[in-house]
Amino acid sequence: MGQIKLTNVKKSFGAVDVLHGIDLDIRGGELVVFVGPSGCGKSTLLRAIAGLEKITSGEIAIDGKPVNDVTAADRGLAMVFQSYALYPHMSVRQNLAFGLENSKMPKAEIKERITEAARMLEIEPYLERRPGQLSGGQRQRVAIGRAIVRRPVAFLLDEPLSNLDAELRVSTRAELAALHARLASTMIYVTHDQVEAMTLADRIVVLRAGRIEQVGSPLDLYNTPANRFVAGFIGAPHMNFLQATIASVTPESIVVTLPGDHRLEIPSKGSGLVQGAKVTLGVRPQHIGLGSGTTGANQSIPARIRLVEALGSETVIHADLAGEKMLVVVAGQHRLTPGADIDLSLSAAPIHLFDEKGLRIEHAV
Amino acid sequence: MSPSASLREIALTPVRVVMGLIDAPLRALQKRTGLSGMALFFLAPNMLIFGIFVLLPLAINFVYSLTGGSALFLPDRSYVGGNQYERLFDCSSYLDPLTCQEDAFWTAVSNTFWFVVLQVTFMILAALVTALILNRNLAARSFWRAVFFFPVLLSPVVVGLIWRWILQRQGLLNFILYPFGVEPYTWLTDRMWSFTAAVGVSLWAHMGFYALILLAGLQAIPKDLYEAADMDGTRPARVFWRITLPLLMPNLIVVIVLALIRSVQVFDEVYILTGGGPGTSTLFLTQYIYETGFVSQPRNPGLAAAASILMGLVLVVLTLLQLGLGRRGENKGKR
Amino acid sequence: MGRTIGFILRRRGGKFWHWTDIVTWVWLIGGLLIMFGPALWLIFSSFKTPAALAEFPPSILPYASQQVTVQGYDKPLVLYDVTLPDGTTKKLAEVRRIGLFSQMVDPQTPGEPIRVSINDRKPVRALSFATENYTEPFVHFDFFRYLGNSVFVTVMATLITLVVNSMAAFALSKYEFRGRSFAMLIILATLMVPLSVIMVPLYSIISTLGLFNNLWGVILPTVATPTGVFILRQYMLTIPDELIDAARMDKASEWQIYWRIVLPLTAPALAVLAIFSVVWRWNDFLWPLIVLSRKELYTLQVGLSIYSGELNVQWHFILSMTVVTMIPVVLVFIFLQRFITTGIAGTGLK
Ligand SMILES: Nc1ncnc2c1ncn2[C@@H]1O[C@H](COP(=O)(O)OP(=O)(O)OP(=O)(O)O)[C@@H](O)[C@H]1O
Ligand SMILES: [Mg+2]
Repeated sequence: MGQIKLTNVKKSFGAVDVLHGIDLDIRGGELVVFVGPSGCGKSTLLRAIAGLEKITSGEIAIDGKPVNDVTAADRGLAMVFQSYALYPHMSVRQNLAFGLENSKMPKAEIKERITEAARMLEIEPYLERRPGQLSGGQRQRVAIGRAIVRRPVAFLLDEPLSNLDAELRVSTRAELAALHARLASTMIYVTHDQVEAMTLADRIVVLRAGRIEQVGSPLDLYNTPANRFVAGFIGAPHMNFLQATIASVTPESIVVTLPGDHRLEIPSKGSGLVQGAKVTLGVRPQHIGLGSGTTGANQSIPARIRLVEALGSETVIHADLAGEKMLVVVAGQHRLTPGADIDLSLSAAPIHLFDEKGLRIEHAV
Repeated sequence: MSPSASLREIALTPVRVVMGLIDAPLRALQKRTGLSGMALFFLAPNMLIFGIFVLLPLAINFVYSLTGGSALFLPDRSYVGGNQYERLFDCSSYLDPLTCQEDAFWTAVSNTFWFVVLQVTFMILAALVTALILNRNLAARSFWRAVFFFPVLLSPVVVGLIWRWILQRQGLLNFILYPFGVEPYTWLTDRMWSFTAAVGVSLWAHMGFYALILLAGLQAIPKDLYEAADMDGTRPARVFWRITLPLLMPNLIVVIVLALIRSVQVFDEVYILTGGGPGTSTLFLTQYIYETGFVSQPRNPGLAAAASILMGLVLVVLTLLQLGLGRRGENKGKR
Repeated sequence: MGRTIGFILRRRGGKFWHWTDIVTWVWLIGGLLIMFGPALWLIFSSFKTPAALAEFPPSILPYASQQVTVQGYDKPLVLYDVTLPDGTTKKLAEVRRIGLFSQMVDPQTPGEPIRVSINDRKPVRALSFATENYTEPFVHFDFFRYLGNSVFVTVMATLITLVVNSMAAFALSKYEFRGRSFAMLIILATLMVPLSVIMVPLYSIISTLGLFNNLWGVILPTVATPTGVFILRQYMLTIPDELIDAARMDKASEWQIYWRIVLPLTAPALAVLAIFSVVWRWNDFLWPLIVLSRKELYTLQVGLSIYSGELNVQWHFILSMTVVTMIPVVLVFIFLQRFITTGIAGTGLK
């Protein structure tokens, strides 16, 4: 139940192509998150699955049956909208009942389902209120409740948390995860917040400009991003990128030249790189350590501190490496002054290499 | 449930039943035609009525103006080409309506012209003053606003009758003037006075409407502009000319053009007040069209249609003027 | 008390009356008299007897001469205050007038006629409301029928306007379809088409459809108002599309979306349009005048204008019927003024 298969789905609004051939296979019970920058087509894809937007070509199948010509009402899906889209003139109870009444469900069963959903979401006290008399978080629950009572084949959620304040967002996120575990139904979740994506998803689909960049579990994406875009998009603060040239290649390692003519030795096997090739080197801020004065060692590079943000549990250093910006996040508190020189140690850092097209270069350590 | 809520329930029940009954066939329709079919379904009734009673007449009006005779239905009418227009424009001297074949038409044109000029001028002035005064820091402002707005809703027939009653010999006006030694006078039998009365009465009836639009414009002007001007010690007259008037311009233009368009069509209240008289002193274009097409014996629908097309042209020009000025005014307001 | 007055008369800052304060109060008080005065005058006049209406100078309130029935006279006699030659005053009833003299009797002693100069007597008058001005038209004229016609036209036209306009506005605001911008353009272009421009052909269309001398001939041409479609559409554009998507996901049919979601949410705009439509249709004059030529079909406005155009105008009836015609509009004004003024300020419709 709840399998959704997209085959070469394309969508254009007039002359504007928004989706360029999406292939995706969503398993039943899975929580899939679509992430991507604003305007990349996440909502459009979700609405296409919902049936609210007719696709230009390709096929969408739910549980093996093509649904291209099935209307939104008959696809058996439920959707939670970014603005919640609660009917402002109906009470919470009527909001929940509206969809069920439309499918001619007996009154008793409607009542039962509403009671159950209300208990699950703890919205019982507000059932007779109108959406306008609820707080943002309560409205959000009602919106989810309206989807739950339908017992849909799959839930579609379009940035359901984006209208909540930071604190509420964290707690609601956890509740959503619990809800998914409990209902065990398919959910497709759209967000442009990669923390939400990482914490919630079974699998993440990274979209850019109407194309899928990578599909995989959160840690897959974090550890082995398929390209520079995914590498930069997943993880906060985002990955540092440095332009580098291969200086020499040995069977066990490669040496690259970084901006400012620093040399860095990277343990690496089977990258297939040759001397003189240009690559982009990516390293996450959290993986950089502060060097211990062993300047000149092949695994550390000198830099100048531009700004220090002390957050208590960790310290964020904005450093300058021969004109390139570097972000470093180190645990604990450090006494550092802007303008001072430091050594950045990359000895423990997983190093990502990307070719000139931005694609990942596989290399074993 | 509160009593009013349950009352509403009772009132809504038949509506629910009807709407519910319609729903089933419409669902079937939706299945067959899809969303765009439903869009046409929703649009159809309005467009049908609109087409029959507005667009179609608009289209065949021109055809009418090219036909002659007193028959009503187009098939029974003979084609006369531009004769009706020729007849309207057949004058020995364009400066004197009486030298025209259709002297009534030209009298109506000249009366309407002077009416528009006078009425719109005074209307704008009075509405502007009223709006400025209502925009002051008045106690009971909504009461005063209501005072000036009150006549706007009255029907033209009522307005006409009220003033006919006031202006007659035993009327209020003579009563008020009596102590000042003015002999009772039947104002509406005097050509000059009845024209004045037509202008005055239509001012009385519509001024509140325009004042209201201007007042809305005044209230939309941010208060901090005035506070800033106060801080600079700007003189009130200067504040009016440099802040209030420029920012009110978009509304003022709307008001001027609306007033122009409506005063060209003046009819109802004046017709009741004076019947176009005495003589033809308050005969206006709409009344001319009405009487030519429906009252005169034999009636002449072709001539009426030709006259109404000329009037329509004037209105088109005025509407375009509004679109043009409106755009400029908007830009001004934004700056 | 002093405070209230101070509040009401508060001025433009400063201690002294600025000239603008004086202009303001002259304008306001003058406006009060000019705007309300005529209507009040109409109402007072409508309670006067024909005799009182013909008097000059008129009295403001409806006074009527008192009459008494005196033994020995068939008709009731008019009562006068008379100053007798000896300086005393007495209430006498006039039997007849002969030249500059009047023959009067004392109602207590009807046997002895008294000759009095007409300069020495004044009619005894009391405030009295000639309510028969109101009751008689109901009997003599078809006043009830006119009222019924007016109510029928107003209610029907308003209902149809609301339904038809809101459906069109819904289509034009919430659907993408071919010809949408064209339909919008036509509606905008004809916002300003007045009756005077299409009177002649419209009349022939109405006659062709057999609607001449038919109240539907008055109703139908008015219901597809471009103005109504326009303001409803503007309002519906503010309803989020997500709400409609949500309803579609909730298995609502398009018709249900229209009447269960969109219509209730458009209620404020519908209310404004309803109020305006009622006032417009109630006040319509020229078109009903053209379409209705049979007496029993007249609306109030037409009936009134026809009566007031008759040779010997019966002002006492005309005035009272005018007052009655005014009542619905005055009620609308009193209770819904706020709606109307904000409606006008927001949309510029009238
Ligand atoms: N009805 C439409 N007509 C034309 N273009 C549209 C329409 N809807 C969306 N688009 C375009 O399609 C692209 C994708 O839009 P979409 O709403 O799917 O973005 P998104 O990924 O959800 O962005 P966000 O994170 O801001 O919600 C955008 O460039 C948008 O301008
Ligand atoms: Mg989106």
